[in-house]
Amino acid sequence: MCGLVGICDTGGTRHSGEDVMRAMALQHDRGNGLGAGYAGHGIYPELPDHYALHLLFENRAALERTEAFIDAYYELERAEAIPTRRTDGIGKAPLLWRYFVQPNAKKLSDSGQREDDYVVYGVMHINTHFDGATVVSSGKNMGVFKGVGFPEEIGHFYRIEEYGAHTWVAHNRFPTNSQAWWGGAHPFSLLDFSLVHNGELSSYGINARYIKQFGYVCTLFTDTEVATYLFDLLVRRHGLSFEDACAALAPPLWSAIDAMEPAARERATLMRDIYGSAMLNGPFAIVLGTNSGMVAFNDRVKLRPLVAAVSGDLVAVGSEESSLLEVLNTPDYVWAPKAGEPVIARVGQPFDITTATLHTTAERSAA
Amino acid sequence: MSAVFDTNPATAAPIEGYRPVAPVVERDGATAVVDADHVYYRELNEAIQQLVADGVRDLTIRGVNGQRYIGNGLTETDLRIRIQGVPGQDLGMFLGGPVIDVDTNAQDGVGNTMESGEICVHGSAGDVVGYGMRGGRILIRGDAGYRVGIHMKQYQNQLPEVIIGGKARDFFGEYMAGGRLVLLDLNSQLAGPALGNYTGTGMHGGEIFVRGTVDACLCGREVGVVPATPEQLETIRPLVTRYCEAFGADADGIMSQTFTRIAPVSSRPYGNLYCSM
Amino acid sequence: MINYLQPEFHVDIDYDRCHKCGRCAGQCGWGVYSFVERPLPDDAKCRACHRCVTFCPAHCITIKRSDLAYRENPNWPIRARKGVWRQAASGGVLLTSMGSDAPRGSIFDALTLDACQVTNPSIDPLREPMETRTVIGKRPRALGERVPKDWAGRLTLSTPILFAPMSFGSVSLNVHKSMAMAAKRLGTFMNTGEGGLHADLYPYQDNVIVQVASGRFGVTPEYLERGAAIEIKVGQGAKPGIGGHLPGEKINAEVSTTRMIPQGTDAISPAPHHDIYSIEDLRQLIYSLKEASGYKPVGVKIAAVHNVGAIASGIVRAGADYVYLDGMNGGTGAAPAVIRDHVGIPVELALAVVDQRLRDEGIRNEASIIVAGSIKSSADLAKALALGADAVALGSATLLALGCHLCQSCHTGCCSWGLTTQKPELTRRLDPEEGAQRLVNLVSAWTHELQEILGALGVNAVESLRGSRDRLRAIGLDAQTCEILGVAPAGR
Repeated sequence: MCGLVGICDTGGTRHSGEDVMRAMALQHDRGNGLGAGYAGHGIYPELPDHYALHLLFENRAALERTEAFIDAYYELERAEAIPTRRTDGIGKAPLLWRYFVQPNAKKLSDSGQREDDYVVYGVMHINTHFDGATVVSSGKNMGVFKGVGFPEEIGHFYRIEEYGAHTWVAHNRFPTNSQAWWGGAHPFSLLDFSLVHNGELSSYGINARYIKQFGYVCTLFTDTEVATYLFDLLVRRHGLSFEDACAALAPPLWSAIDAMEPAARERATLMRDIYGSAMLNGPFAIVLGTNSGMVAFNDRVKLRPLVAAVSGDLVAVGSEESSLLEVLNTPDYVWAPKAGEPVIARVGQPFDITTATLHTTAERSAA
Repeated sequence: MSAVFDTNPATAAPIEGYRPVAPVVERDGATAVVDADHVYYRELNEAIQQLVADGVRDLTIRGVNGQRYIGNGLTETDLRIRIQGVPGQDLGMFLGGPVIDVDTNAQDGVGNTMESGEICVHGSAGDVVGYGMRGGRILIRGDAGYRVGIHMKQYQNQLPEVIIGGKARDFFGEYMAGGRLVLLDLNSQLAGPALGNYTGTGMHGGEIFVRGTVDACLCGREVGVVPATPEQLETIRPLVTRYCEAFGADADGIMSQTFTRIAPVSSRPYGNLYCSM
Repeated sequence: MINYLQPEFHVDIDYDRCHKCGRCAGQCGWGVYSFVERPLPDDAKCRACHRCVTFCPAHCITIKRSDLAYRENPNWPIRARKGVWRQAASGGVLLTSMGSDAPRGSIFDALTLDACQVTNPSIDPLREPMETRTVIGKRPRALGERVPKDWAGRLTLSTPILFAPMSFGSVSLNVHKSMAMAAKRLGTFMNTGEGGLHADLYPYQDNVIVQVASGRFGVTPEYLERGAAIEIKVGQGAKPGIGGHLPGEKINAEVSTTRMIPQGTDAISPAPHHDIYSIEDLRQLIYSLKEASGYKPVGVKIAAVHNVGAIASGIVRAGADYVYLDGMNGGTGAAPAVIRDHVGIPVELALAVVDQRLRDEGIRNEASIIVAGSIKSSADLAKALALGADAVALGSATLLALGCHLCQSCHTGCCSWGLTTQKPELTRRLDPEEGAQRLVNLVSAWTHELQEILGALGVNAVESLRGSRDRLRAIGLDAQTCEILGVAPAGR
């Protein structure tokens, strides 16, 4: 069991991390103090075009090796310790640093890679080759802050309220299969995507083998990592829309596909056919934060809770309605999305309530 | 939401969600009001149990938001609990007699393994309403989530009943072994059919009544889907009447409409599935 | 010459209980019984097929293993001594049928499956959806990727189980009819084997894969047109590198018409396809079949041999829509014992290697993998899927379902159960309707069991088991075998 929250301001206004912390604090009992974290999108407006590498080092040697690698392959704009403060309940933290970088132009050109692939390759390299170093996040104008503790403690430790983001995702962890360590907390992140997850992917084995074919190496011993990479593969590299990506990862049942109109049926069949090994199976609720908004969805038969609410420009999702009510005043809509039906909030676009198979308030007052 | 960067740099301690403190109580004889605002569930439920043991029989809990296990295991049949705000998971689990009234929505696990009494939710409820319920009554004015009435069962004189004013999602009455589920499809914010898929899969006892017609393809192979006869419909009149009392609706008007009855075709749906070695 | 070989079995009849009805004599296809007031068995002819035992109304027949003692010598097992005696008497190649009886054990049996407890829930397969639909064929790597125009359609199976290729000729027409009817009712496929498609099967042609082997029996444009897919048979697990030989006695009028060869002549399948001497020739044949058939899926069946990873990769790159791997324990209608028992590798290892090789090369999406070679239960099925198979094919299990008792005498053409014979008095023993029902029952039961396994694994679609090797653990396999299988030892 875990707790999660995602909040997106579709108007693009940046909000302090305090609210997401308050929402998480209300889900204290969904975790056990062995992991919590936050991702904020839009938090570095002063350096919006640099990759913000958030790193966690178990020891000094890992830091030195990684910094040598960064020096060799990137142009470093700024390096600094991530600001923290002493917090009761948080034990010994690893070394926490962030680096604002651009790829070294010559090395990038020599590699023949796209810029984003070059960065992904670097992340995989650090995670797999430098013992004790973990890239926590690597996107532009976003960052992940996570560790071992309860969400209110981790938020306090990282001074989350001092950051402003248009999209926040947060997580409270009750670890199951992997041991508690700072890198194992959620969110997991690659480039601009950050992902939190409640539940467990019973399909981890084949998901990890599938993603490996595309060069992703799962090093963090958790199914959430694989889900993050799958979104990167499907959306960034295969060019799928968020709607299609969700339909690939939590596809309709064959019985539903068989009942579709021919064109839709053919497409849905092809999608299952192509992405069968990517299908996330088992109970889950997932919230993905991106620099363009937020995506939340459930497993195909709704085995983990997910509640959504809309209040003006704000779209919020969470494991429990109460945690959303803690930060949204009298929401316009509160609903539990259907199994597999994604809630997609885009910065710069008002939320489309018709995607939620709900009667709108206008329809209800007319009726 | 708070304003951007509304930060207090002097903040010395983490934000608190719930506080482990005794709630403020105003008591007047057998009536009491408890202020649950951000009180941790353990202290809240301890206070409730203490008040009930002291003879309080009309209890209002205000400022509720997400506290779990309210009413858990209480057995006083003359006790009434009014909840203001959204109660947390497992509301009224193992409830054995009291009446619980919620003025807005409820979360997952309402009436889990309930024994007797009544839970009345004026908004909508989350997933798994009435799991393993053996008796008593649950009234939901709005919608309910997935797996309502899963493995409800009846035993001797106990017959659990759930009535939902709006719509419900998939797996309605899954494994149902007894009791009654009634779905009115009246006050819903959900678009689409009244019922989700896989209704009554594994059902081997009890009955489901749905206002209007039901597409049999939404139901499991184990059930028959036919219009309810007037005699069958009469069996739910007391439940519908109680619903209308609670939420203000016209019982005769509802009862005059057509209903579909979903009931198992066999009490042993898997008798032929196995062969012995 | 004196026959050195003593009977393997002893037919024991309790004459006190015997009805003297003579049914045993009538049922035996091997001529074991003469009947003089009571049945008199000749032990030497008995194959232990149990046809007589099954039909004896008095239950008074027991087939016993001969307890004739031989001098113990672990270095010279009785099997080996008998082989020498037989060959010294005849000068012949030892011929046998069905799968190898060498006691090697099964790798599947050394693998165990995972299940969910608490951290992720198991799923109730009886009440929740549990999807077994399987699609065989090529698929693009990504949605929106342009696929080559020559990519064929795909086969959709309701469950990842097919009937393995067994030719009309090696088996009876009633066996073919049983499989065809069952395939249609189940929503899966039967496979003609290399003996052509009898006209009686035309109504079921949408559920038939037609095979093209080195003998090209019955292969016509119409045959290619009728099949749902086409399979090039390169090899067979029981006899890798060996051709086929259907004796003239089995070529009756019906077989003759279907195979389009004269009645009574031997039907010889050469060891290789003489238009495939190298991989580029395979590509040529695959595309020739696609051209001729309007681009139907074309699969390639090979025996599991040492270099199977590279071979399979070549097959996929040559354009095949699926690779069919037949392991060394696979069955046969007739094969030299030396080949059957000593050539090839187990299908579990071949599958593990091929699945991984195709992934490493980034072409796993370009072909499905079907495996066969002694799939004995739904457990083998589930383990094969977890190792990476898309589907399994049942040959021996299909014949067993129809009555076969694995007496390993198919090559004699005297099958008392009427399966691997063309003698009308024997073939009529199988009622195709009843045969189809038995096959539907078997596949349905295995599918239910697969659903139980998926539910225990906490997944509700077969694609989440396929290739998920971390749901397998090995007990008692050596480290290197574990590494090849990509499976951790139990406890880790």
